[in-house]
Order: sequence, then C-alpha cells, then structure tokens
Amino acid sequence: MDQIFVYIKKAIVDLVGTFLPESVEIMTSILISITVFCLLGPLLMMYMTWLERKVVGRIQNRLGPNRVGKFGLLQPIADGIKMLTKEDIVPKNADKIVHLLAPILIIAPALLLFAVIPFGKNMTAIDLNIGLIFFLAVSSITTIPIFMASWGSRNKYSLLGGMRSVAQMISYEIPMVLSVVPVILTVGSLSTVAIVDAQSAWGGFKWFLFTPWGLVSFVVFFLCSVAECNRSPFDLPEAESEIIAGFHTEYSGMKFALFYMAEFMNTFTLSALTVTLFLGGWQGPFLPSWIWFFLKTFVIIFIMVWFRGTLPRVRVDQLMGLAWKVLLPVTLVNVIISGFWYYYHNFWALGLGTILLFLTLIGFMKLNRNYMPEKRVYTYGN
Amino acid sequence: MLIPLNHLLVFTTLLFCIGLYGALSRRNVIGILLSIELILNAVNINFVAFSKTTALAPEAGQVFALFVMAIAACEACVGLAIVLALYRNRKTVFTDQINLLKW
Amino acid sequence: MPELELLAKIACYVLMGLTVLFAILVVTVRDLFHRALWLAGVLIAIAGIFIALGAEFLAASQILIYVGAIMTLVIFAIMLTGKISEKSIARTNIQWPIGLVTLTGLAFFMIRIITQTPWNFQSTSMEAHISVLALGEKLLGIYIFAFEIISVILLVALIGALVMAKKDNSSC
Repeated sequence: MDQIFVYIKKAIVDLVGTFLPESVEIMTSILISITVFCLLGPLLMMYMTWLERKVVGRIQNRLGPNRVGKFGLLQPIADGIKMLTKEDIVPKNADKIVHLLAPILIIAPALLLFAVIPFGKNMTAIDLNIGLIFFLAVSSITTIPIFMASWGSRNKYSLLGGMRSVAQMISYEIPMVLSVVPVILTVGSLSTVAIVDAQSAWGGFKWFLFTPWGLVSFVVFFLCSVAECNRSPFDLPEAESEIIAGFHTEYSGMKFALFYMAEFMNTFTLSALTVTLFLGGWQGPFLPSWIWFFLKTFVIIFIMVWFRGTLPRVRVDQLMGLAWKVLLPVTLVNVIISGFWYYYHNFWALGLGTILLFLTLIGFMKLNRNYMPEKRVYTYGN
Repeated sequence: MLIPLNHLLVFTTLLFCIGLYGALSRRNVIGILLSIELILNAVNINFVAFSKTTALAPEAGQVFALFVMAIAACEACVGLAIVLALYRNRKTVFTDQINLLKW
Repeated sequence: MPELELLAKIACYVLMGLTVLFAILVVTVRDLFHRALWLAGVLIAIAGIFIALGAEFLAASQILIYVGAIMTLVIFAIMLTGKISEKSIARTNIQWPIGLVTLTGLAFFMIRIITQTPWNFQSTSMEAHISVLALGEKLLGIYIFAFEIISVILLVALIGALVMAKKDNSSC
C-alpha cells in the first residue's frame, strides 16, 4: 500500500521496456512523471480553492459553497467552466505578445517545482543533488512574468501593483533562503531526500521543528512563504479594495485562471517544502507515507487559510519593514546559533540558544520602536 | 565532455563580441548595462569550460565563476543606482544627451 | 546509452544556438523592455549550458542571482526611468558601423587563434565531478581571502547604491 504508485510506474515502464530499447524506457519514465504533475497540479489547485472557500466561510460564520455538489465539491469544476467560457479581453494599447506570454511563463516555474518534492518513500520525481537550491532558484523566476504582466497591460494601476508585488517577493526571498541555511548546515546535503532522511531518528519524529533554531526557521520560512504567494495578510498587490487586482487587472478568462492557478500551486509547493524541511516529510507510524505527506501539507495549508480569514492586511511599509528589519537579522543570528547547536547537543545549548534567539528578536523589535505606529487610543470605547 | 572545447570557445567568443557591440553602440545607458551582463556571462562560461578540461585544479574555474557572478551583481546594482541618480538630475538616460562635460 | 548522450549533445547545441540568437535580439530590438526580457532568456539558456558542463550548483546560483535578482533590478530601473508608452526613436548611436566592422574582425581573429591552439587537456579535470561539498571546501579553504574580500565588496556596493539612489531631501 505504501509503494503502490512506485509499483504502478515500474509496471508501466517494464511493459514498455519489453518491446522498445532502454533509452525509450527512461524517456517513458520521465514522461509519466511529467504527466502526473500536469494532472496533479491543477487538480490540487481546484480542491485547494474549495478548501479555502469553505474554511474562510466557516471563519466568517457562514457556510461556504454548498449548492453545486454534495458539499460544494463540484464548485471548482463550475469555476473552471466559467473561466474557460469568459470572453478574453485584451486592452487596445497593450503589448500583445508580452501580455500573452506572462500567464504562460508564470505557470512554468510553478509546475517545475513539483519535481523535487518527496511525496513519499522513493516517490521523488528527480533526486537532484542540488534539490533545495533548484527549488529556491526556480521559485525566484516568478518575478519576471509579474513584471511582464504589469508592464504589458499599459495600465498605471497594474504597474503599481506589479512593482509592489515584485518588491514584496524579492524582499521576502532573502529571509526565506537564509532561514533554510541552518537545515543545510545540519544535514550536510542539499538534496530533499537526504533532508527527510536526516529527520528519521526517534521513530520518524526527530523533526527539525523541535530544535530552537528549527522553530525560528519554521516560523520565518512560513511567514516568507505566505508573503511569496501574495496571500493575506500580505496580499497588498492583489487587494481588491485597494488596487483593483494589481498586476492581473487586465486579464480575464483563462489567463486569469492561469495566474490564480500559479498562485495556488506556489502555495502548495511551498507548504510541501515546509513539511519536508521542518516537519519530517513523509515519515509517520502507521499510515502509508504519501498519506502522511498530504496530511501534513494540508495542515500547513489550513494554517495559511486560517491566517487569511483572521488577520487584516498589512500596509506596504510595515510589510517591507518586517522583512528587512526584523526577519533578516533574526535569520542571520539563527545561522550562528544553529552552528553552535550542531556542535554542543545538550541542555545548556538548548537553553542558551533559545534565550539568545528571544533576546535578538526582542532587541530588534525594540530598536525598530520609533519607526512603528503607536497603539491606538479609543476615546469612546471602554 | 559533451562538446569539444573549440565549439564552446567559439560560442563564447561570439557572445562576447555581441555584448561588446551592444556596449559600444547603444544610446540608452541601461542598454549598455545589459550588454555588459552578456560579456560577463560569456566569461563565466569560459571559466567553467576551461576548468573542466585544461585546469590543474578542477574546481578553480567554478569558484572563480561564482566570484564573477557576485561582482556582476555589485556592478549592476551600483550602475543602476547611478542611472537613477542621473535620471533624477538630467531627466534623460540617453548617452548623447549627457554631455555637460564635453568641450 | 548512446541515444541519450546524442540527445544531450543536441540539446546543448540547441541551447548554444538559442543563446546566440537571444543575444543578437538583445542588441538589436527597439523596445528596452523587450531587450531586458531577451536578456533574461539568455541567462536561463546559459544556466542550461552550465548544467550540460556539469556545474549544477553554478547553474542554480546563476538563476537565483542573475534572473531572480539582477534582472528584477534592471527591470525596476527601466520602469522608473521610462515612460509607459514610448514611441520608438533611434536606438543606436553614431558609432555602430565602426563597432560592427571592428567586432566582426575581432571575432574572426579570435576564432582563428582558438581553432589553431593545441589545448592541454588534463584527464583529472575531465573526469572529476565537482560536488557542492567540494566547492564549499575550496571556498573556505584556499580561496578564503577572496571570499572575505567579496563579502566586503558586496557590503560596500550595497551601501554605495543606497546612498546614490536616495532622494535628496535636504535641499529644497
């Protein structure tokens, strides 16, 4: 049951291998992986939109969509049909080729990222020995199609939204990359499969979350991945009440569906990477490995949706201030403390490390005190 | 080695010359900076190609290419800051209109 | 497998051809934003060539640094110093014929020299595969001095760029 997908793929590849030469066998194996991702990506994205609408609805004390299927389960399909049949409007002065290429080029990195995630035991598509840096590099290509979308629409609001979005994405990439450095330091390898294997002590429960640097890294990485996906509370670039829709204002129909799909696929892959790096990947006691993986990933996605339903939007200067003034110094101190933890594994290291990290965080918040707005005073409330 | 060394070197020479042509003949300062990035990338490929074939220490070329990348980042950053300051003062980014010091 | 190696060779030649094509487009297209996009294409194709040469860490850093950061910076500068709908005006200055002739001559000259030199192939380098671990060991081993200097250079560039691009609020 655990290795069922591996057996199916091996059976198909062996079937091909009895008739055709070996190189075609390898190409078939690669093609099967690609087909699985191209089917899995949009399917996951559709049911993540369903999950988000239901959960946000419940947080706001109402039911989510419940008309279309049994629990609204066919709602994403209805959404897909709607988006496919909408008219495709292109502004008259828009740069046609750039405007057309932007949604295509934003989907490509989002799909490429599925290749290095360990979905289960022996179920990574490609075991690259630079897997983690490949992930971070490809997810940083996403800024260029956003520029293309905002510039090609020839619209001042698109341009403004696009620039804000790119500024947010590049500012939050730096704490993201730096918060992963302690994990690489401890594991000694960049491959995602090796990172999951390094958390396999204590019966598969020696997660990096349970170390002081791991906890801080997890929080920083989680916040950065919420910001990278342009989700609430960092969703200023696509806030509907402020800037219409930011860089994808002028897109309708299937092109908008592609942008939306890219955002949700990014959410899924970043949550999957959080699970791989800090929560032990696919390891767990009784259930098959891929069920554990999807369970943990959906817990993280649920927390992201919870953030969206509960927290108000952050202003743009608070957003940038958070990335550069608080998260970046904390990650730098975190690297030093994780190096210290790697050598001395005892109670004193644990205590000292935790205390040092808290002191740094509190120190930086106090240092930024004169740049933050004051607490509100309600004159008529009691 | 997948490709013979000569082919790679001819390719990087072409890239270098195209970059140099761009740097010498563009009017927009940012266009010149873009062409300089082409030159730096051609040099990077050269380093890696040589480190794989004729170098005595096999990782020297890659380390050097990494340093070249970091320096290119610094140079693009400072160059673009200069362009922004220039635009703020002279309201133009074309090289033939920035001629206050010309006699 | 010889077929897969043939496929890899074809892919590498295609990437090299695409790189030269995109580079020519970088220096000839009229619109500045399109030029920046073709440059991003060149950089990603060069990352592919690095992978074909066996330098995977360098390929990933190339995408992370060049495409992720430098191209973003360049496009920001283009957006801040250009107008949204610019008519196409002359894009090359008066030096371009001389430049073209000189550089074609330079290219021919260098290609003749390259094809006539007997390169000194070392078998240790040709069989070695550099892992990230080896790169890290060398960076913090022999090349530690250059590593420290480059961090100082990066800091100086950061502060310098900040100072130069700051709005001058003191003078009215």
